Amino acid sequence: MGHSRLSLSFQDLILTLHNYWGARGCVILQPYDMEMGAGTFHPATVLRSLGPDSWKAAYVQPCRRPTDGRYGENPNRLGHYYQYQVVLKPSPDDLQQLYLGSLVEIGIDPLKHDIRFVEDDWESPTLGAWGLGWEVWCDGMEVTQFTYFQQVGGFECRPVTGELTYGLERLAMYIQGVDNVFDLRFNDSGVSYGDVFLENEVEMSTYNFEVADTDALFDLFKKAAAECEHCLDAKLPIPAYEQAIKASHLFNTLQARGVISVAERQAYIGRVRDLAKAACGAWLETSKGNNA
Amino acid sequence: MADFLLELMSEEIPARMQAGARNELARIFAECTSEAGLSTGVIDAHSTPRRLVLIARDVAEGTQASREEIKGPRTSAPEQALDGFLRKTGLTREQLEERDGVYFAVVDRAGKAALEILGETVKRIVSDFPWPKSMRWGSESLRWIRPLHGIVAMLGEEIVPVEIDGLTAGATTVGHRFHHPGPITVGSAADYLEKLRACHVIVDQEERERIICDGAKAAAAKAKLSLLADEGLVVENAGLTEWPVPLLGEFDGDFLDVPREVIVLTMRTNQKYFACTASDGGLAPAFVCVANVAAEDGGVAIVEGNRRVLAARLADARFFWEQDLKVPLDEQVKKLGGIVFHEKLGSVADKVDRVAKLGRWLADSGVIKADANAIERASRLAKADLVTGMVGEFPELQGVIGGYLAEAQGEGRPVAHAIRDQYGTPREPVSAAVALADKLDTICAFFGVGLRPTGSKDPFALRRAAIGSIEIIVSSGLRLSLTSAIRGALANRAAQAKTTEAAHRLDSTAPEILEFFADRLKVQQREAGVRHDLVDAVFSLGGEDDLVRLLARVMALQNFVETEEGANLLTAYKRAANILKKEKWAGTSGSGGNALEEQEKALIAALDNAGPKASAAIEKEDFTSAMAALASLRGPIDCFFDHVTVNDPDPVKRERRLNLLTRFRDAVNQVADFSKIEG
Repeated sequence: MGHSRLSLSFQDLILTLHNYWGARGCVILQPYDMEMGAGTFHPATVLRSLGPDSWKAAYVQPCRRPTDGRYGENPNRLGHYYQYQVVLKPSPDDLQQLYLGSLVEIGIDPLKHDIRFVEDDWESPTLGAWGLGWEVWCDGMEVTQFTYFQQVGGFECRPVTGELTYGLERLAMYIQGVDNVFDLRFNDSGVSYGDVFLENEVEMSTYNFEVADTDALFDLFKKAAAECEHCLDAKLPIPAYEQAIKASHLFNTLQARGVISVAERQAYIGRVRDLAKAACGAWLETSKGNNA
Repeated sequence: MADFLLELMSEEIPARMQAGARNELARIFAECTSEAGLSTGVIDAHSTPRRLVLIARDVAEGTQASREEIKGPRTSAPEQALDGFLRKTGLTREQLEERDGVYFAVVDRAGKAALEILGETVKRIVSDFPWPKSMRWGSESLRWIRPLHGIVAMLGEEIVPVEIDGLTAGATTVGHRFHHPGPITVGSAADYLEKLRACHVIVDQEERERIICDGAKAAAAKAKLSLLADEGLVVENAGLTEWPVPLLGEFDGDFLDVPREVIVLTMRTNQKYFACTASDGGLAPAFVCVANVAAEDGGVAIVEGNRRVLAARLADARFFWEQDLKVPLDEQVKKLGGIVFHEKLGSVADKVDRVAKLGRWLADSGVIKADANAIERASRLAKADLVTGMVGEFPELQGVIGGYLAEAQGEGRPVAHAIRDQYGTPREPVSAAVALADKLDTICAFFGVGLRPTGSKDPFALRRAAIGSIEIIVSSGLRLSLTSAIRGALANRAAQAKTTEAAHRLDSTAPEILEFFADRLKVQQREAGVRHDLVDAVFSLGGEDDLVRLLARVMALQNFVETEEGANLLTAYKRAANILKKEKWAGTSGSGGNALEEQEKALIAALDNAGPKASAAIEKEDFTSAMAALASLRGPIDCFFDHVTVNDPDPVKRERRLNLLTRFRDAVNQVADFSKIEG
């Protein structure tokens, strides 16, 4: 697009989406205050997609993927980035139209650009979840993951939640016509994405790949798993789920440190999945999740 | 009679599922209407990303009323049989007729209007559609590939009344998502296609394919380039667009340092772009993407957007490529010990050791005339690319990447080519050795731990490996005792496994593998038009494990049995063999007695002449001459059968004649076991 003066800054992109989805009945939440690999892990998606109640929410979620860190040297890859997540339950009939409306709102004209829904089935082995949908392409670039949840935590979703996950940095790079994520205009007052996050990427990459104390991480993983079970015994699904998220992130960090072998990997994923499933099962027993 | 139109409008159907969906749609429709007895003319099924469409010509107005008598159980049959019959016919016991101790039901079927039958048909299509994977949405209980939003069902100008889970069929649809999002009212099947075309939707996928194919070629030609043809990509793009618009874009020529296969694959798999070549055949820094919109600016913004996405992808690919170039393959090889080949078969490093050993043996034993050191070197490096970043990103480029890296790092051409072609069926000697050793090792290793293909299951693609091995052996004319090679490969693995069990199993596994090869050979030769019974006939000789010689025999045999002489000899052979079988004749030394008939003498003379001739020819692997020698037996054996009684009352005569037939049979059997030949 390249009209940098007309295009939205990174923060205005978020505000525009907030206004758009807020006006359509979504609860605008703040990011969950825990480390996680994707916006989907937020309890507002995972737990709320289970059970009979209607639910509409939108939020930004910082995502940490230690293995994707590149010390700030790669123009497209980050170990920490933002997803914009929208969940609508039950998924409305005009979900695609609503979504396309949000693209128009942030400055993408569908008669000038090529917007396509390309098959992409979604599966999260650590959450025991899967759904069908697409990656949405804008001129050949994947800008959003669009999914109709079928199962979460091993449980059928009834009604079905529609989930939209916008990759905010990519979308902003596209809108602003920028080739390096660190060159993004964060606001319209001269602050770039690099000003805010470059040092963070360098330090976090160093920590995740070189410094993190793996013995301590293994220990924390065990403790999180034990605490999760402790909470399950006390019939507290939300704290139990938080511990499952914690274990998941610790596993991701251990992977980045390269201390989990291929053979062990499956066992760790299975362990996290069991915890997440148990928390989801416990949630379904509460009044919020109760199918009755 | 009127035409029927059905449109099932949904959110985007995956491109790869559309062809199957069209077939299923036509199949279910044809089944339902024929079960109901409703006649229709030609049925056409179409698909776009958002719709499945069926048009059936000349649908009858309805079905005639009919009366059918159905025979039921005997009146003496148990109660359950009668109950079942009543359920099936929907009648009560009083309504049945009894004749000769048997129940009969007379079922009246009212005539049905086509509208009613079509309504039921649409319902069944929607509820029974066999999508590979279907889903639910919202609070609906309906399942479809993606949310189903509308049904147009019309017979002539009339709407077919049908309602499925809150969806009511009508005459309204929508056009292109962006060009014509508003409702369109369809008049009938007659104006449907044109009305949609006017609203930027080309319903016929074949027409879209043509537009993409021609348009992409034209876009490339305009820039003096040629399009790299890719039929699969044409179909996929047609499945992603309702209004396809091919557009040419260019990318930075600096990226052409990256191996061509990587660029083409990135464009194809990740972006669904066509690649272009320049007049010298080399890859051009250009791509053709297919948009789903006639953009207001002629596609300038779309091309620019796609160019940037591709640049980011190619930058990533180049990063991996440059990283990979920096690491010598010898260094990468050291990491192979950490990759499990199969839990029962050790690491990839173990496999590499075995392939190197077997490859070297192929040269040392004279099977392949090539430098044993080059074979060993190529085998050692062959799997190194598995740990490169490039193959991590594009697993389908294993081998290719290794080949490029080997060449860039100064390995000789034969070694680089052997690495590149290891998964194929190459003919260059070093390449053939590595590719053959790799495949044989894979087959033997898996058989050695009891993991052989069963039925339709072949998770390790051993059948393909066997076919590949056969192709290499045959196309390069490799003279190889398959048994020795198999035993060698099995022994290599047994030595690594260090279990006596593996070593002990060797004797039972080797024949199993040889039999597996025989089966594959038959499959492969059948496709080449060779009769499987002839392959059997040669295999039955036993001990023939040299595929080149085996096939030469088979070919000579096929040529021979298809001649009149061959066919007659075969008939005589079968007659002789049948007699011997019937008499359970094991053969004796008796040839005595006096007064040999003329025909006996003639047959003996012919055998004295043809037997050694055939043997000598076989020795020289001249199977055609061997067949010709045997052909000379035809006259004498025919005369023998015409004039001589084998089962003579004189036991001495009987004995010598049976022995003569045995001699005849054995002479023929030198070339092949004729008893296995059909006809």
